[in-house]
Amino acid sequence: MSGIPHDHYEPTTGGEKWLHKRLPIVGLLYDTLMLPTPKNLNWMWIWGIVLTFTLALQIITGIVLVMHYTPHVDFAFASVEHIMRNVNGGWALRYLHMNGASLFFVAVYLHIFRGLYYGSYKAPREVTWIIGMLIYLCMMGTAFMGYVLPWGQMSFWGATVITGLFGAIPFIGEALQTWLLGGPAVDNATLNRFFSLHYLLPFVIAGLVIVHIWAFHTTGNNNPTGVEVRRTSKAEAEKDTLPFWPYFVIKDLFALALILAVFFAIVGFMPNYLGHPDNYIEANALATPAHIVPEWYFLPFYAILRAFDDTVWLVQLVGFLTGGIVDAKFFGVLAMFGAIVVMAIVPWLDTSNVRSGRYRPMFKWWFWIFVVNFVVLTWVGAMPAEGIYPVISLIGASYWFAYFLIILPLLGVIEKPDVQPATIEDDFNAKFKSSDGKDGAPAASPAE
Amino acid sequence: MFKKLAITAVALSALAGTPAIAAGGAGYVTDYAFSFEGPFGAYDQNQLQRGLKVYTEICASCHGLQYVPFRTLSDDGGVGLPEDQMKAYTANFEVWDSSLNDGEGDYRQALPSDNFPAVKGVGAPDLSLMAKARAGFHGPYGLGTNQLFKGMGGAEYIASLLAGYTGEEKEEAGTVLYENKAFPGGWISMAPPLWGDDLEFDDGSATDLESISQDVSAFLMWTAEPKMMARQQMGFTAVLLLSLLTVLLYLTNKRLWAPVKKKAKAAGQPAE
Repeated sequence: MSGIPHDHYEPTTGGEKWLHKRLPIVGLLYDTLMLPTPKNLNWMWIWGIVLTFTLALQIITGIVLVMHYTPHVDFAFASVEHIMRNVNGGWALRYLHMNGASLFFVAVYLHIFRGLYYGSYKAPREVTWIIGMLIYLCMMGTAFMGYVLPWGQMSFWGATVITGLFGAIPFIGEALQTWLLGGPAVDNATLNRFFSLHYLLPFVIAGLVIVHIWAFHTTGNNNPTGVEVRRTSKAEAEKDTLPFWPYFVIKDLFALALILAVFFAIVGFMPNYLGHPDNYIEANALATPAHIVPEWYFLPFYAILRAFDDTVWLVQLVGFLTGGIVDAKFFGVLAMFGAIVVMAIVPWLDTSNVRSGRYRPMFKWWFWIFVVNFVVLTWVGAMPAEGIYPVISLIGASYWFAYFLIILPLLGVIEKPDVQPATIEDDFNAKFKSSDGKDGAPAASPAE
Repeated sequence: MFKKLAITAVALSALAGTPAIAAGGAGYVTDYAFSFEGPFGAYDQNQLQRGLKVYTEICASCHGLQYVPFRTLSDDGGVGLPEDQMKAYTANFEVWDSSLNDGEGDYRQALPSDNFPAVKGVGAPDLSLMAKARAGFHGPYGLGTNQLFKGMGGAEYIASLLAGYTGEEKEEAGTVLYENKAFPGGWISMAPPLWGDDLEFDDGSATDLESISQDVSAFLMWTAEPKMMARQQMGFTAVLLLSLLTVLLYLTNKRLWAPVKKKAKAAGQPAE
């Protein structure tokens, strides 16, 4: 696919020409920054910048934290307190890093929902989507292992529960779990390898982010209409687009500053609100907390994991058919990972040839139910698995799978989409018609 | 569309409080008004010094503060003991030094650079982080909004616990348990440590049970979060500067896009 036609970097001075012949790095940066971007992008297209910023924030604060942290079961907890009390500004670094993880996941979920609503995963952007899902998986792994490092009670027991999931795999489970932990239980070997991987994975993420950006710079951004940028000539493309710099850089920075104001309010005034008090108790293998709950961003998947107990007929049926190899625990594990797998392959599950949800009257409803369902799963994941909660989890988990495996494939066939604008330019111009006072201009009636 | 997603974002972040709920059969926690609550709250230095006295005379016999360095008693935005008082206070303690006695270790007088000693053997938990390791206000319905408005409630929990004994006791498996309104489950193995008028303050401050419970709880909030004042100061500065930056970027963005929007508006106008 050829890119959107636009001006390219032309070296003018002797020095520039010399460098360009040997390493066209200035040209690369120029093309990246001047990328023609659909001018109708709305405020949901800002999360990419927020995510990039957060990755940098986490890597920078993390590198400094490592300078003061001791990855050993006897010293880890105390070394975090050392950071909080004795290291200059250590408390700020640690609270930024801790809450930075939450900012990361708020942004990534909104980024993913944006993609799901506007069909950003559809051809030709499937590779961008898949790489995005890989980034998301790496993020989850990094966040999970990072939470173990302070070696509090939730660190220890969260690690015990989650690595226990691998133990549910038939035949090889126990051996696999022991291999992952470096021993029969979560201990010093586990802490050390988690520390090593927690330092490594963010750089893997950074690499994947570059590929993610490369991929969508090749196809061009999606936009709220889902209509492609016209690209037969530069003049035509310029009617649909504006260069990334300065139009979208400034817009994104404005949004980023606003989000950071909220973020710093949380870090400054309520840094422990999103954490669990039990993690201020040093890990103790002999005392199990009353409720083991993961960090909030894992709760929807934790709810799906726990939804399938052995009272569910499907679990019983699968158990019967496999001769008991797939028991309720393993089924739950499959469901949890399956929930991410079905999301990752959504480009091939969604049969509609209309990209944006804006022009899909039926899809809209199912999408918003999906969003609400996600919020409900987050909530129910934090509740004890008793009373009404397992039922809610089961309904929520079922809807998750139904959305990807039944609703999206069917909608493409039965839905009659609304009329899409012919071009991005049309959509953009229509938005600023005089009847629409959104841009703050007086709503003067046309002088006719 | 954006509005809807913005609402979702708010809902998500509100829900984000859910992990802090947990704890089944939580006891009753009184919402005491501490001076350090809210974004502009500050530690009451006199109260922290009273709390230090309560800790030293009563709690310290069973509970350690192993993560708290003595020198921090002189830090600004905390207990704020004058240097000489802090040194005199420190000299009352003995700490274990493994480098003494040809590497066999021995006790020596504590120095300001040492931490409070850990107290082991009685089975009582260390109190350094207790005010952050407990939470007071859960719910409602797992939504976490109570903590959003009232704070995490660690100090309130400790104060409620100390003042929450009913006087009932029972023996279970050889251990005496005491009924306590704030303790999850209702029965705690710690005997009532404070009764009211357990000690006297030089400045004649109130020594009733409620008062000294709150004093020591405030002190324990400081031991758990000694940099709170600096943190809130940073938060305030950061929010102020970022808000200013937000406004400037908003205006820049508006001016930058104005010609583009003007052109679009002209094009979108019905033909005359």
